[in-house]
Amino acid sequence: MEQFQIKRLIPIDLFGWDVSFTNASLFMVIAMAIIPLFYLFAMNRRSLVPGRLQSTAELSYEFIANMVRENVGEKGMKYFPWIFTIFMFILVLNLLGLVPYSFTVTSHIIVTFALAAMVWLIITAIGFMNHGVGFLKLFVPSGVPWWLLPIIVVIELISYMIRPISHSVRLFANMMAGHAMLKVFAGFVISLGVIGGWAPFVFLLGFTGLELVVAILQAFIFTVLTCIYLNDAVNMHHH
Amino acid sequence: MDPQAAKFIGAGLACFALIGAGIGIGNIFANYLSGALRNPSAAPGQFTNLLIGFALCEATGLFGLLVALIILFG
Repeated sequence: MEQFQIKRLIPIDLFGWDVSFTNASLFMVIAMAIIPLFYLFAMNRRSLVPGRLQSTAELSYEFIANMVRENVGEKGMKYFPWIFTIFMFILVLNLLGLVPYSFTVTSHIIVTFALAAMVWLIITAIGFMNHGVGFLKLFVPSGVPWWLLPIIVVIELISYMIRPISHSVRLFANMMAGHAMLKVFAGFVISLGVIGGWAPFVFLLGFTGLELVVAILQAFIFTVLTCIYLNDAVNMHHH
Repeated sequence: MDPQAAKFIGAGLACFALIGAGIGIGNIFANYLSGALRNPSAAPGQFTNLLIGFALCEATGLFGLLVALIILFG
């Protein structure tokens, strides 16, 4: 489909690698520009009684801070900037994708997989840094009969290794399926014409609202799961 | 059989994974709702768990959808 096509805006060839500046890169740059500009603009008055914009900025901060505190605890607060960046980046990319004629960067598996792989690698590194070799105890749940251990350890290991895949596919498939569905129903509006096109058009309006919820929800879910994985690496005691 | 036809049938079969996702998501929300109506004061505290369960459940269905897409366009 046309809305998922990647176009080269500035072709760059670096030692045989294609590192062109594409429309995907453009929208990532836009997202990275919007986030700091929004916070600079919203917080430049810094009044004691916050206005609408300042409330939004403070609300988003509190929301993620509470999420990290609830899921990881106070020890996790030093990773808060990282979690907050992930949340805002995915949220802004998802919301930008809802603007007609724009490009949804998160509807490409390679982008979400790169994000999820980064999360997985960093969290594994945090786990080994905090607990040393003891981090491997994550794969040996306590209170399991010894004869079950060979199976449980393998299952735990596989479920740990598969995390970046499930983490990335969830975001990618949600965004892609939603946009493809909008496209299909938009096609119905055109093909049914002025007389019959109203029924799918009304559905389309409602579905766009639902897509807005999905865009926010998926950014939230990606961040919550990052927090839960981080909890494994930082605390480890729930196993 | 025409390989192209087999491809489409396979993609359609792969979408059956979404049945499970539908049942699971329905279960999660139904149980959350019945629990929330019995004890409304405890409901907001479990909202995060609701969304996590929803996401984990939906992902399994989306894996099937992904297989269908790979068959069609891969």
